Amino acid sequence: MDKKKKIVHPYIPNSVPEIKAKMLEEIGAKDIDELYEDIPENLRFKGEMNLPEPFPSEYELKKHVEQILSKNQTCKENLSFLGGDSWHHYVPAICDEINQRSEFLTAYAGEPYEDHGRFQTLFEYASMMGELLEMDVVNVPTYDWGQAASTSLRMAARITNRSEVLISENISPDRLLIIKNYCEPVVKIQLIKFSRDTGKIDIEDLKSKLSSDTAGIYFENPSFIGCIEDQGKVISDIAHEKGAISIVGTDPISLGVLTPPSNYGADIVCGDIQALGMHMQFGGGLAGFIATRDEERFVMEYPSRLFGITTTIVEGEHGFGDVTYDRTSFHDRIEGKEFVGTAAALWGITAGVYLALAGPEGMRELGQLILQKSQYAMKKLSEIKGIKIPFKQSAHFKEFVVDFSETGKSVKDINEVLLAKGIFGGKDISSEFPDLGKCAVYCVTEIHTKDDIDKLTQALSDYLEMEDKL
Amino acid sequence: MKRKIKVRNFHQAKWDEPVIFELSSKGERGILFPEIEKEIEEIVGDGFSTLPENMVRKQPPLLPELSQMQVLKHYLRLSQQTLGADLNVDIGQGTCTMKYSPKINEVLATSPKITELHPSQDESTVQGVLEIIYKLDLFLREISGLDKFTFQPGGGSQAILAMASIIQAYHESRGESEKRDEIISTMFSHPSDAAAPTVKGYKIINIYPNEDGLPAVEALEEAVSDRTAGLLITNPEDTGIFNPKIKEFTEIVHKAGGLCGYDQANANGILGITRAKEADFDLCFFNLHKTFSSPHGCGGPGAGALGVTKELIQFLPVPLVEFDGEKYYFKYDLSHSIGKVRSFYGVIPAILKAYSWIMSLGSEGLKEVAEIAVLNNNYLLKKVLEIQGASAPYAKGRHRIEQVRFSWEKLYQDTGVTTEDVTCRMVDFGFHMWSSHHPFIVPQPFTLEPTESYSKAELDEYIAGLKKVVDEAYENPDFIKNAPHRSVVHKINYDSLDDPEKWAITWRAHLRKNMK
Repeated sequence: MDKKKKIVHPYIPNSVPEIKAKMLEEIGAKDIDELYEDIPENLRFKGEMNLPEPFPSEYELKKHVEQILSKNQTCKENLSFLGGDSWHHYVPAICDEINQRSEFLTAYAGEPYEDHGRFQTLFEYASMMGELLEMDVVNVPTYDWGQAASTSLRMAARITNRSEVLISENISPDRLLIIKNYCEPVVKIQLIKFSRDTGKIDIEDLKSKLSSDTAGIYFENPSFIGCIEDQGKVISDIAHEKGAISIVGTDPISLGVLTPPSNYGADIVCGDIQALGMHMQFGGGLAGFIATRDEERFVMEYPSRLFGITTTIVEGEHGFGDVTYDRTSFHDRIEGKEFVGTAAALWGITAGVYLALAGPEGMRELGQLILQKSQYAMKKLSEIKGIKIPFKQSAHFKEFVVDFSETGKSVKDINEVLLAKGIFGGKDISSEFPDLGKCAVYCVTEIHTKDDIDKLTQALSDYLEMEDKL
Repeated sequence: MKRKIKVRNFHQAKWDEPVIFELSSKGERGILFPEIEKEIEEIVGDGFSTLPENMVRKQPPLLPELSQMQVLKHYLRLSQQTLGADLNVDIGQGTCTMKYSPKINEVLATSPKITELHPSQDESTVQGVLEIIYKLDLFLREISGLDKFTFQPGGGSQAILAMASIIQAYHESRGESEKRDEIISTMFSHPSDAAAPTVKGYKIINIYPNEDGLPAVEALEEAVSDRTAGLLITNPEDTGIFNPKIKEFTEIVHKAGGLCGYDQANANGILGITRAKEADFDLCFFNLHKTFSSPHGCGGPGAGALGVTKELIQFLPVPLVEFDGEKYYFKYDLSHSIGKVRSFYGVIPAILKAYSWIMSLGSEGLKEVAEIAVLNNNYLLKKVLEIQGASAPYAKGRHRIEQVRFSWEKLYQDTGVTTEDVTCRMVDFGFHMWSSHHPFIVPQPFTLEPTESYSKAELDEYIAGLKKVVDEAYENPDFIKNAPHRSVVHKINYDSLDDPEKWAITWRAHLRKNMK
């Protein structure tokens, strides 16, 4: 008995033998191999791909993948205080509802006619971000904050025709790696020190490194270590005096309560929209934004698509299209600005949904919750013997550094103990910022209850007390 | 009742839906957040008192205010005004590989066991997702013949940037990066194959196709020199024609000291048939959101899976995902890593969906995907060539791989109807029809890619649509030129979008400039 019957896979309609034969006949080919005749023998792969036995039945496929996924321990099942470039915020049901709609999930590059909805949602996303940022131009999303910051810096270099940028040392270390790869060798990077007391930028160091070669200054607010930078206007003014561009990276979820960077002289603002309705997805939910004023010299330097609103031949109808498409690499692959490709549009649509749900009141309430909860956590943690909040003289938003140096324990040890209690401790930054000591970045958002925070402080205090007694 | 193949009496959903700001009603709320615990408020106060005064936002952002059902309704209407692949015979977006994105993979990717993972969690808590990443790496090694994959790039173009960065780091390690400042590509490869390397300071030499629609070996020999850092090329190119001399190409570049990068964003016609390895490529990448079924999402999120030979592993972005026989772990110590191109490890949902898709099909299934994609494409080729006014430049009488770049040049000469006009009328039947990347080397181009996902009846339906539009064009070209007539909106006035006085990229700019 012939056991191995050839299956017709549900994803491949025309593999039905009769259909296949009919189509070959209509083409006038003897078999499918004939269709590949232009691939020479020496380039043909002769073997079989050594892939595992598949699960063509959906039931078995589901079981198989779920069995692998069951090995994951999530932030839903545990209590997480992790932040740093990806954050745990509440995702409204409507956000998931909309970004799982077949239409949005599977559309791509159609015209502003049959894909009018896609253009409108992205225009609305850009518009709502524009209100949050108080800026008139926002791009169709790029890959992540790292890319957005990198492009912002290259834009500054092109606008000023200069080739050096100054970057604050208290930005995300991963972002610095991304920026380095994207800028070098064309644009040189110099780092600006930050104060080990305040966590804020060392203005004197900035002044000493600024020159007529400086295209732009980049800092993050709040910074990677969570501090709110209140010298933004001073920094921007210093930059402008030398003809340099002020670039600020920010987390838009803070802007319901914090001053938008455009108000303290930022010319280009960038950041990540992950907090606005995207699940963390192990780092998969990122999307970067870039925003500027509506001035030609800025607009013409964007590599991204920019969607504009316009009229149609019917009165009262509105339509959309690409603004200055000719500036992109789609139009001119060499003279176009940097490059543009498939990035993170669906997350842009989602962020628009989030902002529409939250509204101005929601964004303020959310920001306030985060301020209060994180301040409570900082206070409680600092009351534990051996634990310090090194930058507590500065204000923070959402994230803050916790210094365990005086406990005699490494962050690794602490996190292991916490993990055993179902708690994910803050991100270990001992190797990225070695001179700070044994430190971790903790993140507290609107999802943390008082009980959650107390559970953390209790666990730490129990452990450290016990260790102290030994 | 027997229904003959004819075009649908289609009309796209048309809600005349205002921009969301126009729906705003002061005081409405779309979602509420928890209230602060009294005990916390007693201890820290309102949260603002410790903030520096200049950092407290004074004016609330002018976001729209809507209730929840109203937000939902607005976005659902906009979704109806979007033509996703799930809804149409989406073979008109050539090079994009608009295949079926299986819904089971959406179910799996929305499991909290994936969505609620923080990327900085302890390795011991994420063995499941690390296993998926590692195994997909192994699969793609089989498919390409190369030695190690990273999924860090967030899309094909970013994978090309990574390739250019690796090429540069490689030459730098040999003290030759200053001398080798040129990258060679072709005009029928994706624009990013030229655009991304320019970010790294490379000068690009673009080879134009010869009369056969292929880049000529002679042209490559002319382009190559001791300044050559590498070659970035796709094969088959956007024309769907396979370059049989590809191995000569890589040989020539290698001899000159350069590296060869294979843009396999679209590998849909050649899975299991031909590989990067046999053609002697040093690097290659696949788009997980094309060949490997992850959905396109209106333009992302996607993923660029980048593979290299073992000699180049040390240059990959960090971290890699490795397996020691018992546990999966991150490897950060690469001697010459380019650093990072994207935060963390990649677009995880795309990685998971690609893994699951491959596990549904297996090696035989993947080969069937490629063969049927090629069958469908050649069937379509035959049918399109029967349509008046259409032609398929180059490779006359030859078969193509997964897509074809056609031309409406005859139609245009006969009727004055352009490829853009045809696109605008095709939408009236619920179809996309894409032209080409720039510049238009083929005149009045249109590029169709049927993939393996559409049935013969669906292919026939698309052909019937093209025929109808062409018939109309010969009969009444003005009607086509004024299309669309049954879409979401009518002919758009694009002119203002290039005028700095008029363009409006946000609603606030629109109010400021156009509503005076």
